[in-house]
This record gives sequence, structure tokens and C-alpha cells, in this order.
Amino acid sequence: MVSNMSNAMRATLAFTAMGTALVMVGVFQSWALSLTILNLCLISSVMALGVNIQWGYAGLFNIGIMGFAALGGAAAMLVSMPPVDNAWSAGGWNILFSAIFFIATIFAAWFVHKKMSKSRFQTIAMIVVLVTGYLLTRKFFDPAVDAIEATDSAKTGFLGGLGLPIILSWPVGGLLAAGAAWIIGKVALGLRSDYLAIATLGISEIVVAILKNEDWLTRGVKNVNGLPRPVPYELELHQSEWFVSLVEKLHSGSLIGLEGVAREVALKAALTESAGVFVKLCYAGLFATVLVIILTLCVLALNSPWGRMMRAIRDNETAAEAMGKDVTGRHLQIFILGSAVCGIAGAMLTTLDGQLTPTTYIPLRFTFLIWVMVIVGGSGNNLGAILGGFLIWFVWVESEPGGVWLMSALTGWLPEGNAVKDHLVQSAQHMRLVVMGLVLLLVMRFAPSGIIPERNR
Amino acid sequence: MPEMTDILNALVLFTNFVLIPGIAYGSQLALGALGVTLIYGILRFSNFAHGDVMAFGTMVTILATWWLQSMGVSFGPLPTALLALPLGIAATVLLCLVTDKLVYRYYRAKKSVPVTLVMASLGVMFVVNGIVRFIIGTDDQRFFDGERFIMKAREFKNLTGLNEGLAIKSSQGITVVIAIILVGLLFWFLQKTRAGKSMRAYSDNEDLSLLSGIDPDKVVRITWIIAAALTTIAGVLYGLDKSFKPFTYFQLLLPIFAAAIVGGIGQPIGAIVGGYVIAFSEVLITYPYKKVVTYLVPESWAPESLLQLLGTEYKFAVSFMILVIVLLVRPTGIFRGKVL
Repeated sequence: MVSNMSNAMRATLAFTAMGTALVMVGVFQSWALSLTILNLCLISSVMALGVNIQWGYAGLFNIGIMGFAALGGAAAMLVSMPPVDNAWSAGGWNILFSAIFFIATIFAAWFVHKKMSKSRFQTIAMIVVLVTGYLLTRKFFDPAVDAIEATDSAKTGFLGGLGLPIILSWPVGGLLAAGAAWIIGKVALGLRSDYLAIATLGISEIVVAILKNEDWLTRGVKNVNGLPRPVPYELELHQSEWFVSLVEKLHSGSLIGLEGVAREVALKAALTESAGVFVKLCYAGLFATVLVIILTLCVLALNSPWGRMMRAIRDNETAAEAMGKDVTGRHLQIFILGSAVCGIAGAMLTTLDGQLTPTTYIPLRFTFLIWVMVIVGGSGNNLGAILGGFLIWFVWVESEPGGVWLMSALTGWLPEGNAVKDHLVQSAQHMRLVVMGLVLLLVMRFAPSGIIPERNR
Repeated sequence: MPEMTDILNALVLFTNFVLIPGIAYGSQLALGALGVTLIYGILRFSNFAHGDVMAFGTMVTILATWWLQSMGVSFGPLPTALLALPLGIAATVLLCLVTDKLVYRYYRAKKSVPVTLVMASLGVMFVVNGIVRFIIGTDDQRFFDGERFIMKAREFKNLTGLNEGLAIKSSQGITVVIAIILVGLLFWFLQKTRAGKSMRAYSDNEDLSLLSGIDPDKVVRITWIIAAALTTIAGVLYGLDKSFKPFTYFQLLLPIFAAAIVGGIGQPIGAIVGGYVIAFSEVLITYPYKKVVTYLVPESWAPESLLQLLGTEYKFAVSFMILVIVLLVRPTGIFRGKVL
């Protein structure tokens, strides 16, 4: 019966179920939690859309999503934080010089590679260019780093950002990720499909290593806290007339009959709760807007002649190539687009967190979970990817207490303080890995088209 | 002109911190890359679960080691883990054969595109990773026992009267000896035995080998057994030399793949050469040369900076860079591996 359902039916049913689940969380746990999950679901969906663009449309295998998301996160910090003037005056010029030399070296090397005929002389020229460039870059870079990291290292010790509105960082994060994708794509596309996977794995490890270790840029493991928000702060809401009167109106029922101090206290509690919910709603609105925009673009692209060409390439590369399509070129294009979407999602996530914490970038959470979302939701189908984002994130979050509860229940017969029992309950979180892996394998095997399959055209 | 003793000191320093660690690490990578390359040559996909299978084998070996230790068994000056190793290998072989039966065989029979198999290996990686973390946790485990050093730095100093010491850890010596034996055995097996020959034939041309009556299931089974054994040994040797941590083993995937590709994927000899190329590049690029240079140049020229090309925290970037260069310049690798 299920297999006969039309896609529209399946999508409606699945999304209704998802919405109901979120409402249930709101009713039984709390609305703040429900909205927190919703926000992360929205961001996950954007990320899943990005991966779906690469995998679903073109069959490109990217296992470095974490790196692109981390680039987005770095962009959020670099765009929004106010610049640290002392650090700039301490090492700003040197950093600029080293950056100039670095870029000049790359251009010179590219020039030698392209313009000189292949000979021993070319090799020598290449070595000379690289060594000189490296030495010059280091000459300015090292003192700059020392100077910057020494300026008030407990509080700053980094250059800060541009001090622009954080919303701007979303497209910037997309651009950064697109740039990285361009480099990777240029190297690894056109070769065997697994080489792209290995190359993306490598670049993502490197991006995260840079975020963790380049303190002058990102403060490394000291984290950057207190990124400016695109939405109002709770404290501002407490002090604004319209919000207070709104809350009074909403809670007029429970406030009636209360006088003086009791009323103050009740109002305060209501204010605190509503402010939290309001802020989360604002975020949800922003994220949903981005999701809708990207989804619309995706749908338009998939239905256009371009989308048809991409499917043709995916389904039979040789035939498409024989028809005169530039397969590697199109692959590069779509790889860049998908990575940019992941970058945008990464910037959104850091915006929501309000801080850049490089240690939170682990492949499991940022690469493999997203893959499970795409495969389970239905690769090649945009709505499927979004549904996957919602569903898998929801399960992921709710399975943590669930796993601990299950383990406690299973080991209930063991005495308190038993070593085996403690170990099992403590390690319950790792069972999520096993479950996610099993879900991936089972869906791939028995329902390879996912919950909402790609439409046959 | 530096004096003779200064040159000797510099040489000893270099050997101690670059040459010996490089050889040991290279041997570990080579064994890991051999597994990847064999699976690639026979089953025709990049096995992303390799790093976590390695962690699994090492974990079983560690558990067996602890059990042996608690029984009071020891291997004299050698680490007890070597006694526990067969158990680890057996468990890993079992794991590989079971995953092949449950997961990979279906896609092989269906003749799926390689990327589907890669994706499936990702799922396997998840599951194995979860099992390892569930059983042994995410912390660092050190399980080396027995004699720590073959030669201690102090003994060497007393012996030669040089300033710098040369230390050879037993784990490094064991690694090299085992690696040489294993590689010898593997090449003998591939060149001389019937099963080895059928493996090579199958890897060269699947259809032709099937026509000549080679049993594909048997070839696949032998491949998994060999790969599992090599992987477990590589993992245990790495763990003895450094330490065991599930996440580190996952990260080893990158240098191992880089080694296999640099050497020419599908070529056993390439995996070995690739392993040493990657290991030495990593060590050479992240080693601070300050002290070595100080010995060699006149006092007034002594460098102030560390003379380190890249910080050790970026050692994974090194294997990545080499991978990129090879993909750009010679995508088939040094020994002309499989077609692209």
C-alpha cells in the first residue's frame, strides 16, 4: 500500500507527522525545547539540501561536509565580531604583508606551471619560487602571530572580525565554502569517484585543524564567545513596552486576581519564558526563510534544462559526454554549489550558537549524520532531503535520553554500583552511532530511494 | 667548518628524531595501506571502514592483553600484546567476513557502482566505530609492557661519548621486524601459491579469471582474511608505539589512503613505498631543525626560530598535500596503479 502512495501524499503525511512530533515535544516537554529542536532541524535541512545537490543531482560523494560547515562558522565569526584594534596595530601590517606574499607565491607558481615549457629549468624555477615565497611569508607571519596572540590573550589575542551584521556572514560563509570546493574540485574531479571522497575528507580535517590551531585568527580552542545576534536579546525584550504589554495580554487569564508582589513575580516568570520563546521564533523565521529560498532555487534548477542535463550526466556519464556535455565542468559547478549551501548552513549554525567552538566540529555530527539524513529522506528529492534533516535530527536529539533510559531499564536488575551497569549506562550514547549506521545500511539495502523517492520523469 | 663530533651529533639527532620514527611509522602505514590496496584491487572500492576495523582489531587485542596480564601471563621482554594478537586477528577476520556477507556481497552481486559500496562502507564504519567506543570508551589506552627500549639514549651516550643520545624503542624494532616478515610472506603468497595467483588474476581481469574457473567467493574471502590480519597487526603496532584511541584510528584513514594512492592503488608494492613516502614527509616536514642546524653552522649563524616547516598539529595536512600533488601530476601513483 505504502509503495503505491504518490509522492505528494507521502510528503504531506511525513511532514504532518513531523510537525505533530514537534508539537508533542512542546506540550509534554517544553516549547523552548521544541523550538530549539526545530531550529536545528531547519539548519540540518539546509545542510542536507546542499549534500542532496551533490549526491542526488550528480552522484558526487562528499564526506567533508564538516569542513564546509566549519568554514561557514568561521565566516560568521569573522564577519560579525568587532575588530580588535590593539591586535591590528600590533601585527596587522605584518599579517597583510604575509598574506600578500602568500598569494603572490601561489600566482607565481601557477604562472611557472602554465607558461613555462616543461623542462628541468621549469622544475628549478618552481622550487625557487616556492622556497622564496615560503621564506618571505614566514618572515612576516611569525612575528605577526606572536604580536597578535600576545595582545590581551585572556580576552582577545586575535584580530577580531569586521564588525558587520552577522546575517551578512551567511552568504560570505557560502562563498568561503565555494572557494574551498573549487580547489578540491579542480584537483579531484574527473578522476575516480572515491578520490573526491578522500580529498574532501582531507580538506575538512585541515579546515578544522586550522580553526583549532590558528589562535590569531579564531582564538583556537579558547573559542570566540558572544557573537552579535541578528535577533533581539532577551534583556532588551524585558525592557521594551510593547513586549511587556503583549505578554500581559497573553497571560491576562493567569494574571487576573493577582495583586502587588505576587503579580510582579508571575509577570516576571511569564516574561522570561516568553522572551526565550520569542527569540527562538525569530531565529526559526530567519532559518525558514533561507530554507525556502534555497529550496525554491533547487526546485527551479532541477526542473530546468540544466537539471535535466545533470540527471542525464548522473545516470550515464558516457552517453552524456558523447552528446557533447562537459561532464567534469558540470560536476565542478554542482560540487561548488552544494558546498556553498553547506557553508551557509554552517554560518547559520554558528549564528544560532552565538559562539565559535572549533572543538565541536566532529565528522560524526557534521558529515555522517547529514549523509544519513539525505539517504533516509530520499536522495535526489529536495523535499526528501528536508524531511530527512527534520526526522534524523529529531531522532538524534530525542534518542539521547531514550538510550540512557533504555540502558537503565535493561540493566535495572543489576545492583547499584555494578561496574558493568555503570559502563553500559555511561556508554549508551555510543549506541547512537551503531543505530545510525544500521539505519543507513538498512535504508540503502531495502529502501534505496528513501522515504520520499525521486520523481520518475 | 664544523668539527667531526658536531657532524656526528647532528646525524645522531636526525636519526633519533626523524629516521627511526619515520621507519616505524612508515611500516605501520604500509601495513595499513596494503589492506586498503588489496581490498581495492579485488573488491574494487575504497573501504572507508578500514580505520575503524583497525581500531576494532586493536581493541580486541588490548582486551585479550588485559585478560592475559590478569592471569599473570607475560611474554618476557616482549609486549604481552603480541601473544594476544592472534585473538585480535581472529575477531577481525570474523568481523570482516560477517560484514562482507551481510553488506558488501549484495552490492557485489548487483554489480553496483563503486560509490555505492563506498557508501556502504561508511555505514559499516559507523557501526564498528560505535561498537568500539561502546566497549572500550573514547580515552587513550596504553597497553605496552615488557622491555621499553632496545637501546637507551644514555647507554648510547656512554658508549660513544657524543652529546646526543640515540634511543630505539622496542615497539619500533618489533614493528620493523614484523613488517619485513609480513611483507615477505605476502609477496611469497601472491607470487607462488595457487590462491595468491588466482587473486592476482582476479584483480587483473575479473571476467577472464572467472572463465578460467577461479572461484570468486574464495578469492574475496581470502582477501578479507589477509586484509583483516594486516590491518589488525598495523593497528596493534601503532598502538604499541604510540597509544590507542578510537578517534586517532579514524584519522589514520587519511594517511593510509594517501599512501595507497601515492604508491598506485591496487599495487601491493606501491602501498609499501607509499607508506614510507607519507611517513617520512610527515616527519620531515613537522620536525624542528633548530638543534641539527645549530651543530652544523658556526655559532654566530645559529638560528633563533625552530626551523619547523609546519607545526605537528598539521601533520594530516602533509599527507593531504602529497595526495593532491600526486593526483595533479601522476594520478595513477608511483607504480601505475589501477585505471582511473
